Amino acid sequence: MSSIETAKLNESMEMVDDQHADHHDAGGDTLFGFWIYILSDCLLFGTLFATYAVFSNSFAGGIEPKALFSLPFVLAETALLLFSSFTFAIAMLKANSEQMPEMKRWLGITFLLGLSFLVMELYEFYHFSHEGATFDSSAYWSAFYSLVATHGLHVFAGLLWMIILFFHFKRDGFSKDNKVRLACLSLFWHFLDIIWICVFSVVYLMGVL
Amino acid sequence: MSQLSEQGQAHGSAKEYINGLIYSLLLTAIPFFLVMAEIGSTQFIVAAIMICAAAQILVQLVFFLHMNTSSAQIWNTSSAVFVVLIVAIILLGSLWIMEHLNHNMLMGH
Repeated sequence: MSSIETAKLNESMEMVDDQHADHHDAGGDTLFGFWIYILSDCLLFGTLFATYAVFSNSFAGGIEPKALFSLPFVLAETALLLFSSFTFAIAMLKANSEQMPEMKRWLGITFLLGLSFLVMELYEFYHFSHEGATFDSSAYWSAFYSLVATHGLHVFAGLLWMIILFFHFKRDGFSKDNKVRLACLSLFWHFLDIIWICVFSVVYLMGVL
Repeated sequence: MSQLSEQGQAHGSAKEYINGLIYSLLLTAIPFFLVMAEIGSTQFIVAAIMICAAAQILVQLVFFLHMNTSSAQIWNTSSAVFVVLIVAIILLGSLWIMEHLNHNMLMGH
């Protein structure tokens, strides 16, 4: 489809949309662009999961995940992320009704939950390395650390983004730009939760079977 | 995804989010206890883990991202379906090729 046709189609879609809601604007385009970025991130994680699956039995005679994984510990990590997804959703509700103190409180709780998750993950990595499972122990552990640490880096980026948003909201309040930024971060945070569900199921639960 | 169609006015309500949270916690707890208690055969547990994970991803998409098939969201949803297809090709293709490679190299047999 040519770009002109696409533009026309978008225009007609917006006209249809306008009948329902007359405040469709550039913020929606930003969010759609961000949605496309998230889908490309899905491809990155898809590739890392494929690598992990291929190397899931390549221990090179070294230590195996069964001996190291502690499921209750990982369940706690998962619960932290699930609750943070929920608290972020509540923060979005508060932002929609422009309740600044409540929004900041729920966003703050989300930040603390995310930070606790990251601390737990770093402790886990430290513990595994201490037991002899480092990045270069075997193909399995290389794939494990690539996958789980890439997710951890994304969480870290999300936390940085939250700190920056706190300053934005302090400076400009509920401006249109800030609401779009918060909506983008919301997409990003829920996406990280979805990726973690896959990590929890494929890496940890299946890893101990 | 409600934000895409209606800037500043989410379709979501606190009740919907609480339901989403309860469903996700349940769908996390079920495979966890199956694995911990080692109920049933390995194949059964693997299938249960996969089904619960897929269900939970759907719960997240519907309850938290408000994804649906309305005309306002058709581009979001169709692009996501396309990416799911590509990821499936990457995953299944890698596993298929590597398994044949291992088989032909007489490794792990």
